[in-house]
Amino acid sequence: MKLRILVVGVGGQGILLFSRVLGETLLGANIDVAMSEVHGMAQRGGVVETNIVVGLRSPLISEKEADVLVGLEPVETLRALVRTNKNTTIITNTEPVIPQIVKEGLASYPDLSEALDQLKAAYRRVYTFAGESLARQAGTSRALNMVALGALAASGVFSLPQKTWENTIKRLVKPKYVEANLKAFDLGWHITS
Amino acid sequence: MHPILAADDGETLLLLGNEAIVRGALEAGVRIAAAYPGTPSSEIGNLLFQFQQKLPGLYFEFTTNEKIALEVAAAAAASGLRSLTCMKHVGLNVAADPLVTLAYIGVRAGLVIITADDPSCHSSQNEQDNRYYARLAGLPMLEPASPQEAKDMVSYAFDLSERLELPVILRTTTRVSHARAPVKVTQMADYSTRPQGYFEKDLKRWVPVPAVARLRHQVLLERMKEATVLADGSSFNKRMGQGPMGVITSGVAANYVLDALEELDLSSRVPVLKLGFTYPWPVGLMADFLRRLDTCIVVEELEPFLEEAARVVAQEREIKVKILGKASGHFPRALEFNPRQVKLVLAEVFGVEPPPLERPDLSWVPELPPRPPTLCVGCPHRETYQVVKQVLMDLGEEANTVYPTDIGCYTLGLLPPIKMADYLICMGSSIGSACGFSVATDQRIVSFIGDSTFFHAGLSALANAVYNKHAFTLVIMDNETTAMTGHQPVPSQELRWPGLEDRPRIDIEAVVRALGVEQVVTINPYKKEEAREKIKPLLKTQGLSVIIAKAPCILYRARVAKH
Ligand SMILES: Cc1ncc(C[n+]2csc(CCOP(=O)(O)OP(=O)(O)O)c2C)c(N)n1
Ligand code: SF4
Repeated sequence: MKLRILVVGVGGQGILLFSRVLGETLLGANIDVAMSEVHGMAQRGGVVETNIVVGLRSPLISEKEADVLVGLEPVETLRALVRTNKNTTIITNTEPVIPQIVKEGLASYPDLSEALDQLKAAYRRVYTFAGESLARQAGTSRALNMVALGALAASGVFSLPQKTWENTIKRLVKPKYVEANLKAFDLGWHITS
Repeated sequence: MHPILAADDGETLLLLGNEAIVRGALEAGVRIAAAYPGTPSSEIGNLLFQFQQKLPGLYFEFTTNEKIALEVAAAAAASGLRSLTCMKHVGLNVAADPLVTLAYIGVRAGLVIITADDPSCHSSQNEQDNRYYARLAGLPMLEPASPQEAKDMVSYAFDLSERLELPVILRTTTRVSHARAPVKVTQMADYSTRPQGYFEKDLKRWVPVPAVARLRHQVLLERMKEATVLADGSSFNKRMGQGPMGVITSGVAANYVLDALEELDLSSRVPVLKLGFTYPWPVGLMADFLRRLDTCIVVEELEPFLEEAARVVAQEREIKVKILGKASGHFPRALEFNPRQVKLVLAEVFGVEPPPLERPDLSWVPELPPRPPTLCVGCPHRETYQVVKQVLMDLGEEANTVYPTDIGCYTLGLLPPIKMADYLICMGSSIGSACGFSVATDQRIVSFIGDSTFFHAGLSALANAVYNKHAFTLVIMDNETTAMTGHQPVPSQELRWPGLEDRPRIDIEAVVRALGVEQVVTINPYKKEEAREKIKPLLKTQGLSVIIAKAPCILYRARVAKH
């Protein structure tokens, strides 16, 4: 199996934990995984991405080459579309994180409903979800990353049972957040399963 | 226990390249390590800092700059203890002075110097190719392509360093340091106690006065001959496949080459020389590889380091082979590569069709707002900028003020609406350039520097400003930490990570006064009214003045509070 998964979002949304859980689960299942993480500036709010590949040595995803695009923030999903092709599966949160520059009135945030309709028309497999709302339903809006992971896990890209993923979450997440994270993962799982 | 320390011999962990380097160093029994932070190398120092609190047999310190870090490590290695330093690529510019002469005097125990380069300037001010430092200093160099190789190479680098009695450079790039992949580990060394080193005096060795230096240079050249033989036979230099047209590659680009050849179904007919021990150039191996080819394409990021080696080898040994790469225009010398770029070039060179990929029409995507990194909401730097700007505006001086700046979170003051960063070269340049601007122009000069940067490269620059009677205002942004690179300690901080409570505190205001600056005030940037009143006199006068804006980074304060 060769697979390229691009995960995009905004600093503070928990992309690193998303990738850790994904990576450790695949490693545990003896699936050959490699990834490239963006580590850098300490400040919050910049664009963050992780490239995850299976069965490949190059942990970096070029233009047109993503098999799956997971977007934790809708504008970041749109920005990453240059790296998709018409067979790419798109999994995206629809609830925006407004950039500081928009709050300061120096740029504007686009109308999402139209863009999301276009997105669904342009690709064969598009899953959208209201991430923070679902995460809040699970107990904390910070579990948005686990909603997205659940959606990816059940989307048919992998054939690992829900239990396997949950075991990794139990192992990597701080005990007091495990329950909310598992619930969020389950809500995500039901978006695509 | 941290999983990197807990892992047993034979276990496989999913490690970041930088984590793999740390594990490799612990397997090799590193005893003394020192570093100044810098992305993409920062996790190495952060982990060693954390681990030395758990391992009695390990000593680590954050030094005030990279030159000092290398000198600490060099002395430890001269005393017979395995040592290590790590830095970002530009850090080696700061450490270049000791580096080049250290190559002459050498080491006794292994010394590994890790330089993490940053093609595409993800978090840097340039994308220099530090492989040239290996050539400039004449030191052996290893270049990993993956976290596993990074770990294996660090361990090997210590042995190599001891065998040649030379420091060894391990050169990574962002995409290796920040790749995460399965790494199989071996046994860690025993860290229950730290052995004492012993420095054996030898005037003909350790003190490079001209007569000694001339001798030691000969020794270095002899050792590098031996290193060439080792590079030729190194298991990190792998030859694969057969055919008349081949590829030479190294670093992360080697992954792109191997994946591309597989996807293009070329693996069986394209020989590849994947190099990991890249300096001294493995000239024998390269000659043998080139001799069987009519065309060779060299795939490496940044400068044509191996491409030029291939040309030298071909010319010296009269091998008739066409060499493609940067000079031929197939690859650029700027920016990092990506897998598809490499695939398309190889497809063209080898005359095959790349698999087609079609993107849907994206003309409907609306204009997207950029999301540049900005100062955190509530960041003290923002308050400082506002205070200074307001006073300059009140004085009618703002339009006539030049703002030399420095490197750190506060560099983001260049963005609107702040726009108070006009000139920057490197760490410390805020003060040196302010000296230059103050003599070259009659504009008002207000310069900004962070606390960590002040200790790194600001002290001697400020002494120069005092002594040569330069006229400007320096604002020291004292947020009690090295924020940009992940909140490492600073000698002036009151708020500390656990384990540093016993360190003396070096007061910035006292240092500035001791250097002879007469006009000095410390402000709390959140108390705007009071701060403005305090700094107004300084921004009116013509002489040298220093404003210390003291308030902790809010992220750092929150992180320390959690401990
Ligand atoms: C020679 C060199 N070493 C390291 C770095 C990496 N680096 C960038 S900013 C910085 C220090 C920032 O600390 P400080 O000056 O206190 O500013 P802050 O980020 O806390 O605002 C470092 C170490 C660099 N750019 N150049
Ligand atoms: S990390 Fe600290 S210093 Fe940097 S922008 Fe945020 S609050 Fe300011």
